[in-house]
Amino acid sequence: MAGTAVQRRLTWTVATVTGEVRETPSVRTLLLDVPGWAGHRAGQHLDVRLTAEDGYAAERSYSIATAAEEPVSITVERLDDGEVSPFLTDDLQVGEQFEVRGPVGGYFVWEKASGGPLLLLAGGSGIVPLRAILRERSRTGSDAPVRLLYSARSLPDVIYRAELDGYGGLDGVEVTYTLTRHQPPGWTGYARRVDAALLGEVAWPAGENPLAFVCGPTSFVETASQGLVGLGYRPGRVKTERFGGTGGA
Amino acid sequence: MPPVFSRFRHRREVPDDAAGRLPPGQYLATGFPVLSAGPTPHTPLSTWTFSIERQDGSALKSWTWDEIQALPAETVTQDIHCVTRWTKLDTEWRGVSIDTLLGAVEHDSDYAMAFCDGGYTTNLPIEDLTDGKAWLAFEYGGEPLDPEHGGPARLLVPHLYFWKSAKWARGLRLMDTDEPGFWETYGYHMYGDPWLEQRYSGD
Amino acid sequence: MEPLDGNAVAGELAEVFGTEMTTFTATCGSCGQVGPLAEVAVYDMEMGIVIRCRGCTALLVVITRLRGMSCVDLTGLAALEPA
Repeated sequence: MAGTAVQRRLTWTVATVTGEVRETPSVRTLLLDVPGWAGHRAGQHLDVRLTAEDGYAAERSYSIATAAEEPVSITVERLDDGEVSPFLTDDLQVGEQFEVRGPVGGYFVWEKASGGPLLLLAGGSGIVPLRAILRERSRTGSDAPVRLLYSARSLPDVIYRAELDGYGGLDGVEVTYTLTRHQPPGWTGYARRVDAALLGEVAWPAGENPLAFVCGPTSFVETASQGLVGLGYRPGRVKTERFGGTGGA
Repeated sequence: MPPVFSRFRHRREVPDDAAGRLPPGQYLATGFPVLSAGPTPHTPLSTWTFSIERQDGSALKSWTWDEIQALPAETVTQDIHCVTRWTKLDTEWRGVSIDTLLGAVEHDSDYAMAFCDGGYTTNLPIEDLTDGKAWLAFEYGGEPLDPEHGGPARLLVPHLYFWKSAKWARGLRLMDTDEPGFWETYGYHMYGDPWLEQRYSGD
Repeated sequence: MEPLDGNAVAGELAEVFGTEMTTFTATCGSCGQVGPLAEVAVYDMEMGIVIRCRGCTALLVVITRLRGMSCVDLTGLAALEPA
């Protein structure tokens, strides 16, 4: 626990955008300054609320992209038919402010004490909280071995690609991509949606008592988590977080 | 006072000819949002029925799908208003007038509880279900009503907030006194007139 | 329409209950299925929060927030306990 901060009731406050990173053509990370931020845990998210001039307000949730103790940032994927995401990815300027509530969530979180081996299954923008978990693992010097399976439409759609490629199998982190729509010439990796067979080849054997985090669109999470249970994973060791929208899996 | 963006939803400005058609506090929707309190039911048409029931739940009259299709139907264009603040103008529906259905039974009730596959209910005065104000709708935009939007058939009562237009409607249970349905039980208004902004109980 | 899960309403639940709720264990009053609130099936989220059992779809919890007050119906649960 950070210091002796008084526990405040969770409510809305105003965040300022202090920086941005264009991750892919349709994905943008917003670095935020939130007054009184008491810290967060890897895997938690923020609720965001935008208010228009006519008083209309829309709320959405976005996963925090960074580890505990790191500055808070969220990564937003533009959904074509979205109402809020296009504004956050294309319109909002550094220096502007919007309402946030958080950090939120106590279930889909990982800390060093949670251990491993870790299996992280990401469908599209489901990579965001899993990347926070990977960063937390590095930050705390955990030696829990990790396998990340990341399903994306194509290589240009892979968020945090340089960072993920940087693991390179070292430090106990193995990253596997499956590219479901377009593959680069000469691609020898997986090229289909995650299914039971693919999981069987990539996932830790159930006998190692792995801890799994599955995040992405609902259909991805249903298929992947059922696949893990089919491989013998204990349901209590498979944590799921479903995103709305069909984004990028 | 929260931060306000003039650029957010900028494209959703109200066209001049629509201004008078928006009840207070409403915004124009671009799509047709789907709100459901439960999973989409899929009742086969072969077993589907629509019934008018007495207060005790016994059936006064029941129609099969084919019998409903054989009744006179009409195509209507209506504005619809959801309590979550979106309004859609000029939506096109096809269905059987509730006048036709209620006209087939003898009753002296003042209220009805619409009941649906999945367990949803909503209460309405008989007065608001008759005189051309309500339909059992099975087509939207010229196509069979999508299950996500309440198909095969939903209640359509456009002069009240859209939670009264119960999806997956299977009948009306007549009542002598007004009783709260699903959302009304949890604090939404018993009547729900969008022009008086009757969103919550006590409004 | 595919439901989301309890994670999607973690913020609302925290505001209403005053504490993080998604790690709480919920027991369905209809079929007895037990699991964390983070994994229940969440519907609507606009008119109110409607929480159903992922196994049998029975209504577990309904929350509406009207004029600054919360209406919380937990009667679909047989139990709701901290993790």
